[in-house]
Amino acid sequence: MGRISLASVIKRFETGDSVVTALDDVSLAVQDREIVTLVGASGCGKSTLLNLIAGFETPTAGQVLVDGHPVKGPGPDRGVVFQQTALFPWLSVKDNIAFGLSLRANRGKADTQQVVERMLQKTGLSAFRDRHPAELSGGMRQRAAIASVLAINPSTLLMDEPFGSLDSLTRSIMQDFLLEIWEEQRKTVVLVTHDIDEAIYLADKTVVMTAHPGRICEVIEVALPRPRRYDMRSGSPYIALRDHVTQIVRTEAIKGGALSAVN
Amino acid sequence: MEQQTTSAGAQLSRVENRKNPWRRASIVLQYAIFPAAVLLLWQVGSEIGFVRRNVFPPPSAVLGVWYDLVTGSTDAAARYSGTWLDHAWASTWRVFAGFGWGVALGIFVGLLIGLSRAMERVFDPTVQILRNIPVTAWVPLSLIFFGIGNAPAIFLIGLGAFFPAAINSTHGVRQINITLYKAARMMGANERELLVRVILPAALPSILTGVRLAMGIAWVLVVVAEVLAVRSGLGYLLNDAYLFYRNDVVIATMLSIGLLGFLSDRFVVVVRDILLTWNKRETFGGEN
Repeated sequence: MGRISLASVIKRFETGDSVVTALDDVSLAVQDREIVTLVGASGCGKSTLLNLIAGFETPTAGQVLVDGHPVKGPGPDRGVVFQQTALFPWLSVKDNIAFGLSLRANRGKADTQQVVERMLQKTGLSAFRDRHPAELSGGMRQRAAIASVLAINPSTLLMDEPFGSLDSLTRSIMQDFLLEIWEEQRKTVVLVTHDIDEAIYLADKTVVMTAHPGRICEVIEVALPRPRRYDMRSGSPYIALRDHVTQIVRTEAIKGGALSAVN
Repeated sequence: MEQQTTSAGAQLSRVENRKNPWRRASIVLQYAIFPAAVLLLWQVGSEIGFVRRNVFPPPSAVLGVWYDLVTGSTDAAARYSGTWLDHAWASTWRVFAGFGWGVALGIFVGLLIGLSRAMERVFDPTVQILRNIPVTAWVPLSLIFFGIGNAPAIFLIGLGAFFPAAINSTHGVRQINITLYKAARMMGANERELLVRVILPAALPSILTGVRLAMGIAWVLVVVAEVLAVRSGLGYLLNDAYLFYRNDVVIATMLSIGLLGFLSDRFVVVVRDILLTWNKRETFGGEN
């Protein structure tokens, strides 16, 4: 479960007396257990798209369906990993991971103790279970945040530039960590990024978006074998894909820049 | 390489410094030198007759009077001998009574304003206008309304405690990291869980800052209220000793108020640190 479909979605934001069209006629299908990455210049509406699926925003027109049902609001079937790590600073790592399961809505869904243990182990945070988020490194914090979302066992993971604030070494380690979890749990993943390498390396499908207004420019099938390995990044199929995506993103960014200069 | 040795050397010498008795003595001296100099200057100035002893009594005289105020054993404080505990207790309970209702109501109203746009429209303009009236300006009205006694004192102290508690509680709710709120909602938290498990803990540091400010203001206002409205408490003692030209008692009372204010602040800080073990930030000045 975790099929997502967007049909002719329009999203406008009214700010004072001006109206900004963040998404203009966007249609997209994400299959169950697929990893789809959204990439594009800033302001292309990729985060808005994610917020629509998460249920934090409602579309101005069109439909957002998850497993065939219109999205009515945020819910534990769609776990969101934010760029700014969403850990409660007053809770220890283990209490943060247990937070979702301790909510009334999720009570009795799973043995909390057991889930917490498993998540701590999976994320390598067992030794840091009693630490508070402020006492962790950036990479550890984001692993703990992912663990706290996985603990409620969502069918879909929505990730908004989850590794954007990490240094490049930690980021590539986190990408492999995410793939490892995906190989094991096969959740549907929609991941927003501005890092083209990340977009291709993780994805079954990379969606390239353009800005002003936000539109889908091209959907690229990433036919690299799984499980992905870091050394694939130096292979020619990968490089060809990256050059292709880079070209579109750059062209569109420059076009967008020229347009906004005219405006 | 060179740099590494230097920094290791610096670290080593710092560790050695901590053990070095000379170093430790110098630290004690740094703490003691200024207060000691002030006291010495004050004592000497009084001894050589730079100021008249009964106008500005020396620290030794103040200490002697203070001792008698508390114990009633030497009669140095004459008519005030042995009254300290009664006055100190009267002030302390007024402070805590006024502080209690003011802070409780302040937190409640402040949270309402922060949580609901409707409540903000109902209460916030009134709070914003009233808080610009100095609480001391409420003295005549509260005396007319409550008469002489504890009631106007506790009213004034509570009023003074209300505003910092309310404003910091509102601020605490407004500065909550929206990502945490969204994350909890995404995980399925209901309204009550959002309030109790996300909003209140996230707002707590700011609420407690307001509580600490309220405690400081409470001690200011207890003196004002006791000078004007009641016949007990350290504020009353201060004013009465002033009228009888007992400046040694005046100074001993001032220091008593300072001491109790300091202890009350420590009390709030201890409670805060118990509630906020997680909220230790690294700052230039260290923890406070």
